[in-house]
Order: sequence, then C-alpha cells, then structure tokens
Amino acid sequence: MGGRALETSTAKKKTKIPQNGTVVETKSGFKYEYSPAPESKSIVKIKPRYELFINGRFTKPIAGKYFKTINPSTGEPLSEVAEAGANDVDLAVKAARNAYDKTWSKISAKDRGRYLYRIARILQERAREFAVLESLDNGKPIKESRDVDIPLAAAHFFYHAGWTDKLNYAFPGAKISALGVAGQVIPWNFPLLMAAWKIAPSLATGNTVVLKPAETTPLTALLLCEIFQQAELPDGVVNIITGAGATGASLVSHGDVNKVAFTGSTEVGKKIASAIAGTNKRITLELGGKSANIVFEDAALDQAVEGVVQGIFFNQGHVCCAGSRALVEESISEVFIKKLKRRMQQLRIGDPLDKNTDIGAINSFEQLEKIKELVEVGKSEGDFFEPNTRLPSKGYFHKPCFFNNVSAAATISRVEVFGPVLSVQTFRTPQEAITKANDTPYGLAAGIWSEKGSKVHEVASKLKAGVVWANTYNKFDPTAPFGGYYESGFGREGGIHGLSAYLEIK
Amino acid sequence: MKVLKTIKLFIGGEFPRSESGRSFPINFHDSEKIYANIAQASRKDLRAAVEAAEVGQKSWGFMTAYNRAQILYRMAEMAEGKRHEFVGLLKDTLGISDKEANKQVDEAIDAFIYYAGFADKFQQMSAAVNPVAGPHHSFTTPDPVGIVALICESHFDFGRLVSNIASVSASGNSLVVVLGPECPAILQPLAEVFATSDLPKGAINLLTGHLKELYPHIGSHMEIRSVSCQNEDTEILYEIKKLGTSNMKRVVPRYENVDSLKAITDFVEFKTVWHPIGT
Repeated sequence: MGGRALETSTAKKKTKIPQNGTVVETKSGFKYEYSPAPESKSIVKIKPRYELFINGRFTKPIAGKYFKTINPSTGEPLSEVAEAGANDVDLAVKAARNAYDKTWSKISAKDRGRYLYRIARILQERAREFAVLESLDNGKPIKESRDVDIPLAAAHFFYHAGWTDKLNYAFPGAKISALGVAGQVIPWNFPLLMAAWKIAPSLATGNTVVLKPAETTPLTALLLCEIFQQAELPDGVVNIITGAGATGASLVSHGDVNKVAFTGSTEVGKKIASAIAGTNKRITLELGGKSANIVFEDAALDQAVEGVVQGIFFNQGHVCCAGSRALVEESISEVFIKKLKRRMQQLRIGDPLDKNTDIGAINSFEQLEKIKELVEVGKSEGDFFEPNTRLPSKGYFHKPCFFNNVSAAATISRVEVFGPVLSVQTFRTPQEAITKANDTPYGLAAGIWSEKGSKVHEVASKLKAGVVWANTYNKFDPTAPFGGYYESGFGREGGIHGLSAYLEIK
Repeated sequence: MKVLKTIKLFIGGEFPRSESGRSFPINFHDSEKIYANIAQASRKDLRAAVEAAEVGQKSWGFMTAYNRAQILYRMAEMAEGKRHEFVGLLKDTLGISDKEANKQVDEAIDAFIYYAGFADKFQQMSAAVNPVAGPHHSFTTPDPVGIVALICESHFDFGRLVSNIASVSASGNSLVVVLGPECPAILQPLAEVFATSDLPKGAINLLTGHLKELYPHIGSHMEIRSVSCQNEDTEILYEIKKLGTSNMKRVVPRYENVDSLKAITDFVEFKTVWHPIGT
C-alpha cells in the first residue's frame, strides 16, 4: 500500500486533513495519507433509461412513469428507471406463471441446473462491471462490491445450480414439488447479492420469479437481466420490475403469487405478513436486527477490536446482521475503548470507487437523515465518539461513531439504526452477557470473542440468534444457512435449509 | 353412589380450576346424564399457562436428548398403565366401541414411542456441516423455538393429539395445549401421564375451554413463539397468522399426516455457528 508521507507527530506543524483522504498515524507516530486509487468507471455503460424486464424483454411501463436513481457519493442522478404499476406487476406475474406452466416445470432438472451454471459463469466473467455499477448505485466501497457482493452472488448461482437434480436427497422420505410463482422484494444494502439469494434457490427448486429491487438501487438487478438473456434463460422465468413500496405491495398481494420472499425492515415485513395472512401463500422474511457482539476478557483483543469494527462498519452499517451492540467485559472495557477509538481514527471514508476506501456513502439522503436523527437521540444516552476525519463535501456521508456506557433500555441500544453507529455496554459474567445479548425482540446474529473453546460453545448455544460468529463476524457463504429468530423473520436462505423455503414438502 | 368428577386444568404440573371459576358440564355420549364438569379456561389461565411454559422450557429444553427420549418413552409406559381408564373414557364420552377405543389408545402409545425415538435423531437428520469457501468451521443445528401453543382439531383423534404434542415437545419446546371440544375429558388422564413421567413442571400445559374465546389471545401473546394450528377452520388459522405478526409467530397449519421429521423441524430454529480454522 503506497502512502505519501506527510509528517511525523513530533513536528509541531498542524496536520492538514485533505478532502476525501484520511491521515493515518502509525504506532511510532508517523503520519501519512493514502493517495487516491480510483477504480475506473469506464468498464460499465449506464444507459440513460431502464425499462421493466418482463417475459425476457425490456418493456416500457404502461403508465409511462420513470424515477431517478442517484449516485449517493455525489447526490447526482445516474439514470432513470421505469416505475411498475399494478398492471405492469400483473403482466410480470402472468409471464412468470406462463413460463412456469409451459417451460420451467417441463424442462429437466439437469437443464435447469445448466442455466444456473451459465448465469454463474457469465456473472463471474462480468464481475468487475457489476462491482463498479454496484458501488456507483449503492455507495458501498469498491473493495466490498468487488470482493464480497459480486463473488458471493456468482457463488450463490453456482451452488444452487448443483442442487436442481439432487433435491430428492435433500428431503429423504418426503414428496417435494415446486410452489409456482415467487414474488420477491429485496433491499438496497446488498442489491445484487440479495437478488442472487432470492433468484438462485427459486430457480433451482423449479419456481419462476418476479423480483422487485429497491428503488434506490435497481441498476445491478437490471444488468443481471442482460445475463439472463445471454444465458438464454427461457422467457418469463425471471421478471424484474422496478418501483417503490406500492409496486412491492401489489406484487406480494397479487393473487397468482404462490410464494412471497422479502428482505428488509421488520416494520415492512410485519405489514407484508399481515397483508397475506388470509391466504395460503408461503412466506420467508429476512428482517431487521440489533445484533450483539460480545467481547470476553480472554479474547485476542486486537482481533476482537477489528471484529467489532468490521461487524458494525462493514457496508456503512447497512447490514441487517450488523454487530450494532458491543458487549464488553468490564475488566477490559477501558483498554478496549482506547483501541477501538484508535482503530476508528484509521478508517478511510470517501469515494466508494477508491480502492482504499473503508467506508463509502450512505445509500440515500433519507437514510442519512434517519441516521443523524438517531445519533442525536443517542447523544443524550451515552458518551459519543467519532473520529477526527473530514467527510467529502458532497454526497451522503456519515462518520463511523459509537456511544459508550449506554443502558440496555436506551434507544440507541434497542432501535436498528442501519448505519455506522455502535453502542457499547459492559457486562461482568457470561450469563449477564447472554441475557443482555438476548434482550431484544430481534434474533438475527451475534458475535463472540473469546479464546476459550468451551465458553464459546456454551455461549453460542444459549444465544437466541440465527447466525453466531465466534472469533469472526459478517461471514457469508451460499452453503451456510442464514436467517433469524423471532422478529428477525422466518426461514433460512442458503444451504440445504434454504431450499425448503421454495418447496412443498409432504 | 358414584363421585361426580370435575376435570380441572393442567398448568405448571398442577391441577387448578379456572381462575374465572367457570366450568361446563359434559354428558355421557347420547345421554342427558352428566359425565363430568370441565374447567373453562380464561385469558388469565392462558397467560398463567404461558408463564409456566416459560419455566418448563428452561428445564426441558436443556435436558439431554437421551433424557427427553426416555421421558417420552415413560409417557408411553404410563399411558399403557392407564389403558382401561382411557378406553372407558373414550367409550363413555364418544360412544365408540371397545375395539375402536383400544385402537385409539394403541395409536396414542405408538405416537409417544415414535417421538421418543425421534428425540435424539432429528438433530443429525436436520443439522449440517457447511462446506464454506474459506478457513472456517461452519455448522447448523436445530434449536427449539421456545413456547408453542397447540390448537387441537375439533374432531377428536387420540393418536393425532399425542403426535401433535410429542412432535413439538421432542425437540425441547414447551407447550400450551388447547384441547378440542369433542373429548375435553381426556385432559385428566393425559395430564396424569405427563405428571408422572418425570416431565419438568410446565413443559406441557393443558387447557379446556372455548376456542373462540381463547385463540385471539394466543395469536397476540408476545411470549408464544409458534402456533400449531390444527383446527379445521381456516378462518382461525388466518386470524392467528394475522395477530401473530405482532411478534412474528411461526404459525404451522394443520397436518394431513402428522408423523414426520417435518412435524419436528417446523418447531425449531436453525442456528448457524462459524469459527475460524487456523493455528
């Protein structure tokens, strides 16, 4: 990593903090700034306008309405995207039903797999293009879209491709069948990855799809449609319709949708569950969280600090399983806080397309306002810390921050912020840590940092969370089931367990 | 002169009357003669049962699977010992033949044994070691959801009733059961089976009463994590699903055939644990 030396801390001169740059201070007091290392945008061509993808073709919306999608790191529009009305939704569902009846349920399981393998391979081939587009539309650092989002999305298609002709081994002794048409609504935090999490298992189990990406991040899902065309996926097997909440509502409540899958907030998840309660539609929901990251006194402390930082600041904290509550054993809390502050001071905030950037842009103006509001509330609830770094002058950015000594009842330790905001509490015994970790209506994820194996297993078994990361955090894999307890949703995605969400099992 | 029975509730290992003081009589089959008085559970009794279930789950859920298996098998033994009482009750209240009553008791005992056998096996059938692409040990195991409410079917079938209870119980859940209207008197001998099988107090609670009065409170109760809705009326199912969104209850609709691995795994959460591999 080439850095440009600025000065040493022994010099009395005031340190200049450059725009979009971060001054990093080494242990020996040497300060330097990272040079810009931007990824080129030229690999991706953004069209001025995108249509709906229905029945294998890009189709104009019936009402002729479009909305803009913004680059959150500049606040400027990238493109405009069709807004699907209820009648467009109906066309998409009809296309999916027709494809289910006439092609997708008729072709062999082996061939279904072949299409999925093709999609995985083309996605790998065009990975950099997708990574750049994702960072432009979403605001996440290129190193994350390049190393996490896109490779995992491709891996999801590849993994599920192999299941198509082996489903009987997944559920021995049971009769299984596809459900039909899946209506899926996904969030803006991992746009392409969430599309892959939804589409790959649906197709592998023999269902067809109508998917609505989030209104602030529709571009990679629309680019994925080009891959479906390149892969010669039969028309109508996957339909992508863009729009906001109203489009999503007409999709999930459409009478000919057999299965609803939603990832997003618990508030919207509850509304969807309630809207379809009076039907026999199957449902899986991946909702919010307020996950605890527990640091015991016998943890490898530097690794734990790094884990807590990655746990909450990965993807600007726009992660449903973000480790937003650090629970630190009292005996080490002072040194932990010191190390945490030091590490946070080194985080590089700025241009998402810069390969050195650790923290990119907040996805939208609305989300930034929501985060700011909650941070204001938090300031009366705990000791606030944010690093001394400068934010870019335009675009939607928020400094990573934490609140120390907050009570378990504080808003900032109960409400999901969905931003780079951490709350820190202390505990004295493992039992207290478990009780505090479980003291939430959510149950999505948790972290444990300890070098003692027996303690790790004891605590892991008692945490009421669907994913427990011990001495690691935010690891994802298509083979590893992911999903929550309680108000974090129903069902699992990934692995053998994720398949059952898309199958009738008798 | 025969003593007229009052059949009370089964909550936390005890046999209380309804706190409301309410009861209703049931007759011998096709007769005006009173068979027994049945307690009519109130919302408050339901809440007391959930509290008891919370305590019961803490012991039952943390027992070894082998221990839970033995207790479920013990239930079969205790039920066999009460065969005559069960047969007599089914004949008196349902008007079925001796042969049919014995068949139902056989099926109920079979169900206890079936799930005794499952209690230490569904884990390996449903767990996984995940071949993740990186230096991590990742595994997924079932964990009981916690407190489950079982709404029984209107039509009484002893074998199905026991299957519905034992399948939820086998993984370590505790239960609040609202018995159906056809044979509420089953509560007493069945509760005696549970009370004498080393089952932790509160792990299974049985209520009798009017479903229409109780089910909205089941749907909206924040500590009930899941509902097995075996009642035939889909309107009740839909309403419980709707009310259940308050705490995102897992609502499981009526089974065609209960006995399956799915009847157990419908009431567990899967937990994925990751740990790095390295020196």
